[in-house]
Amino acid sequence: MKPAKEELLACVIARLIGDARHVAVGAASPIPATGAFLLKQGNPSLRISLLQKRTGNPFTAGSRELFDLAGQGRIDVFFLGGAQIDGEANINLVEAEGKRFPGSFGSAFMYFSAGKTILFREEHSPRVLVKKVDFVSAPGWSPPGVQRRGGPAALLTGKALFSWQADKHRFLLESVHPGSSAGELRGVTGFDYDEPARVPDTGVPTQAELGLLRGPVAEAIGENYPEFARRVWGGSRAV
Amino acid sequence: MSLPSNATAFLKDAEAIAAAIPDGAALGLPPDYSLVAMAVVRALVRRKAKDLKLIGVPQLGLCADILIGAGCVREVETSAVTLGEAGLAPRFTEAAEKKTLKIVDATCPMVHSGLQATEKGVPFMPLRGVLGSDLVERHPDWKTIDNPYAKGDPILLAKAIVPDVALFHARWADEAGNVWVGRRQELATIAHASQACYATYEELKPGDMLEDELLAPGCISSVYVTGVARAPRGAWPLGVPGAYGIDDAHLMQYAKLAKTAAGFRQYLDEFVRKPVAA
Repeated sequence: MKPAKEELLACVIARLIGDARHVAVGAASPIPATGAFLLKQGNPSLRISLLQKRTGNPFTAGSRELFDLAGQGRIDVFFLGGAQIDGEANINLVEAEGKRFPGSFGSAFMYFSAGKTILFREEHSPRVLVKKVDFVSAPGWSPPGVQRRGGPAALLTGKALFSWQADKHRFLLESVHPGSSAGELRGVTGFDYDEPARVPDTGVPTQAELGLLRGPVAEAIGENYPEFARRVWGGSRAV
Repeated sequence: MSLPSNATAFLKDAEAIAAAIPDGAALGLPPDYSLVAMAVVRALVRRKAKDLKLIGVPQLGLCADILIGAGCVREVETSAVTLGEAGLAPRFTEAAEKKTLKIVDATCPMVHSGLQATEKGVPFMPLRGVLGSDLVERHPDWKTIDNPYAKGDPILLAKAIVPDVALFHARWADEAGNVWVGRRQELATIAHASQACYATYEELKPGDMLEDELLAPGCISSVYVTGVARAPRGAWPLGVPGAYGIDDAHLMQYAKLAKTAAGFRQYLDEFVRKPVAA
């Protein structure tokens, strides 16, 4: 069976998490959670804190504990999205073109405090990926003198993967997912970015990865994201 | 109001709590996943509460959307308003886009820090990060200073936040006026920082939970609790972990109805204006 788009993205996320010890996953983020659980299959000591876990939640000191953990440097990887994301990795969760979004949540703190942040937004369009955000919920980089432990590591969309160049404050196109092309991307990306002479395709999931995703990972995800698990892996997987 | 509370009032019901909350009060409220006093929220709508300020600790959901839609709210200060998996909070979104509601945007740990300052009786609390966010410019109570212990190290301060009233739902209250909220410790922070604290509860436990070493760590002592009232399934359609879960289908139904003003009125008629058995 062909890999689903969600499976491909989860595999990319697993690679981006890399050798982290502690990944925290915010609300409504089933694909990042899937990537983290995939990685855990080969690295059982990886700690995954799912903020939205309704029972057996990892936090016992209330909702401020996540931020206290991050403030101390106990969270290596976090995920953020945005109604808008711009070419300097600023994110906007508040308002754009007269439209109101829910708000900034903890982004203005977590973007600084987590070891690294993976920006993830499936929609890849000029509406989302803009030259300059209308409102900076959290800045992509900080001037010298402002203490900042972490920042963006990469931007993953439904069409491509970019890495962040901290020295240039610019994204670099790393790879393009199957079904898209480097040429097509310029037209649907509102910001300018660097690009190698030859842009590789994003690696597709291996048979081994697919086996894990459709077995133990689907089961773990089904407990916390039943709707998502049903959609991607079918009714029998969801709990 | 006078601190502390040495005699928690045992009130008749959620209506009595709604009656004790004055118009214009600043309410400290938890997010949808953390024991929301929905029965009191519905009673506030029925008593036509006015000019409330809602402080989201650190964010708001269904309760805020209903109060905003019903015209009970003048201002919100929050990190977000969301219905989670059910999507955008429609009445909040419309009020924001039509600019009929004052919104002070925050970020979660700045809200926690502001309340923690009040808990300690100090005027502010510093927090790392956030600098360079447009939130800093817009927020009336945040200031950046130079770290007095290090050169060239700007750091942000959260001004102490003092809600007039903490409002939430508890799993248990006891005869001594203590309430049990388990791991939902943001409720303790809200209670500690607020001038008054009202809680509904599922069930009354005889005696004093502070005498029980296993229950005591999940309790908020009666020293903070102004009044309690029994409200079985008082968090519905939200949940009480260990007792009942969030009614996801109801939230989806709300999100759909509240997309329009007419649909929202229909929701109020059906689920809020007449007291319903949850």
